[in-house]
Amino acid sequence: MSGLPGGFTRERGLHLLREMLRIREFEDRCAELYGAGHIRGFLHLCDGEEAIAVGVMQVLGPDDALVSTYREHGHALARGIAMGPLLAELYGKRAGCSGGRGGSMHVFDAATRFYGGNAIVGGGLPLAVGLGLAEKLRGTRNVSACFFGEGAVAEGEFHESMNLAALWRLPVLFICENNLYAMGTALARSESQTDIRSKAAAYDVRAAAVDGMDVLAVEQAARDAVEHARAGRGPVLLEMRTYRLRAHSMFDAQLYRDKAEVEEWRKRGPLTTLTARLKSAGLLTEDDFQALLREADAEVAAAVEFATAADWEPVADLARHVYAEAVTA
Amino acid sequence: MTAPARITYREATKQGIREALLADPRVFLMGEDVGKYGGCFAVSKGLLDEFGEERIRDTPLSESAFVGAGIGAALGGLRPVVEVMTVNFSLLALDQIVNTAATLCHMSGGQFPVPVVIRMATGAGRQLAAQHSHSLEAWYASVPGLRVVEPATIDDARGMLRAALASPDPVIVFEPISLYNMEGDLTAAAENVQLEGARVHRAGSSVTLVTYGASLWRCVAAAEVLARDGIDAEIVDLRSLRPLDDATVLDSVRKTRRVVIVDEGWRTCSLAAEIGQRIVEQGFYDLDAPIARVCTEEVPIPYPKHLEDAALPGPERIVSTVRRLLGHAD
Repeated sequence: MSGLPGGFTRERGLHLLREMLRIREFEDRCAELYGAGHIRGFLHLCDGEEAIAVGVMQVLGPDDALVSTYREHGHALARGIAMGPLLAELYGKRAGCSGGRGGSMHVFDAATRFYGGNAIVGGGLPLAVGLGLAEKLRGTRNVSACFFGEGAVAEGEFHESMNLAALWRLPVLFICENNLYAMGTALARSESQTDIRSKAAAYDVRAAAVDGMDVLAVEQAARDAVEHARAGRGPVLLEMRTYRLRAHSMFDAQLYRDKAEVEEWRKRGPLTTLTARLKSAGLLTEDDFQALLREADAEVAAAVEFATAADWEPVADLARHVYAEAVTA
Repeated sequence: MTAPARITYREATKQGIREALLADPRVFLMGEDVGKYGGCFAVSKGLLDEFGEERIRDTPLSESAFVGAGIGAALGGLRPVVEVMTVNFSLLALDQIVNTAATLCHMSGGQFPVPVVIRMATGAGRQLAAQHSHSLEAWYASVPGLRVVEPATIDDARGMLRAALASPDPVIVFEPISLYNMEGDLTAAAENVQLEGARVHRAGSSVTLVTYGASLWRCVAAAEVLARDGIDAEIVDLRSLRPLDDATVLDSVRKTRRVVIVDEGWRTCSLAAEIGQRIVEQGFYDLDAPIARVCTEEVPIPYPKHLEDAALPGPERIVSTVRRLLGHAD
């Protein structure tokens, strides 16, 4: 954990920290906005897991495809979906990145090839396999990456998708965010083999376990994996070991875990550790940190303003988009 | 004029797939045993040799993953034709079809239409017993976001796939198992076959038989029997089960004023129930008699032939229902 890789610059460190801070500040504000009733439905926040989203996005190109879960705000922001349309989506406004029809669990964006926001656990994995198949058949060097929690590993779709991607040597990154709890069920209460990485061996899939709280480690692992997939050598499973610092959703009283456990993990939080490392390497001052924080908060404030001012979709448009609309030239 | 080509429903289906593969390099076929084996019902026999392993892809027995992969490949710019062996196995992919294929376009505000075609065999009649004989078209037809069709004729077997691939939406194509060996004439050019719209298969004036799929031919057989008694049945082949073509059904009902709906699905919550209700809503005062239904009996399909026949909406039940409706003694 200590020390920084050779050639690591202040600029690079600030960039990674800035990206993670944007997510943290956004999520914190979302919790408040939920309490105030501006965001409804289910809201799943990713505090503690920011390093995975930010680290992975550093190595994906604009033409690569992404599939995410219902805990996807961090992935969306790190991928480059603007904060205003993202928050407007959480509000259900027409200016939202999914036109307001999806909400927090269903963030979509064609411009960044962000294919959801899928709220059936494990349901996004076959999609990522298909996106990878499309890239392979089209002869590109693009990859598809899918995020999922360790709870999805118990789903048949995880096993079917790993097998299919390996069988066809598809450029798919399976990124498991192992935060130790599938909603409220601890890993050891749901898996006979809790070493998630080891499951890849059954499908002859390359795999690595990564400290998901360390953005630099995540980035390096993702870089290796993307290189492998782009070279046509098949899929990779990355088990990102992380922790969810907040509740599963806003309805979760967290009766299944000790407060002490949460506090222990908080000390290892990705923002805390990167900040400390940058400071001790002399690459970051407290003033720098405060400036980044102000910057993030200003972006969040602008997003709130955008979402608040945005229009509701007229009820007359209720039935739109059930089927594709004819493209008019 | 050359004589029309006489081919089987199986061959017509294969021709449709082959023509689609030739016409568009984005089209590929995948499913269990579609390649080396030649298709469980021999529909894709020979296609592997002609088009190669990239475009005729054998899949593992992973319905959810390969249907989902078809959806993903469609999102990625291809035009997949996914074959699920039968509707019975499609239940293992119900999550991908209902939760993903049907919702993505809407949830993404129109950004991500899903142009995937999912073919599956359906229905009973071959003594395959309860787990290989389902007719669950109504389940899929109840889902907004899906299009559901069921070709019952040789022309539709060849032409509807092309129309399905031209659609930007997910299309479920049901192929009745009992029709694969049926022979008939290829008459229409494939490009003239539409995805939507019901079709009057037999014009008549005494009663309307509304049906789809394999039951079309049960109705044809029944109509021949009824004709001997001077009962002139009109038969409407729905072709598309979502959306339903109310206008064609209602036009026929207004003409004959009597209707029997023949549906291989179970009666409860059936397509027959939906169609009957639509007729009541839009044509109640045009009716001279209550709407009647001939559906599959509410039992899992049994194995022995005499019991399977008794469960299905066969011609005899259609004939007796029509006679009763018209006040004729059996």
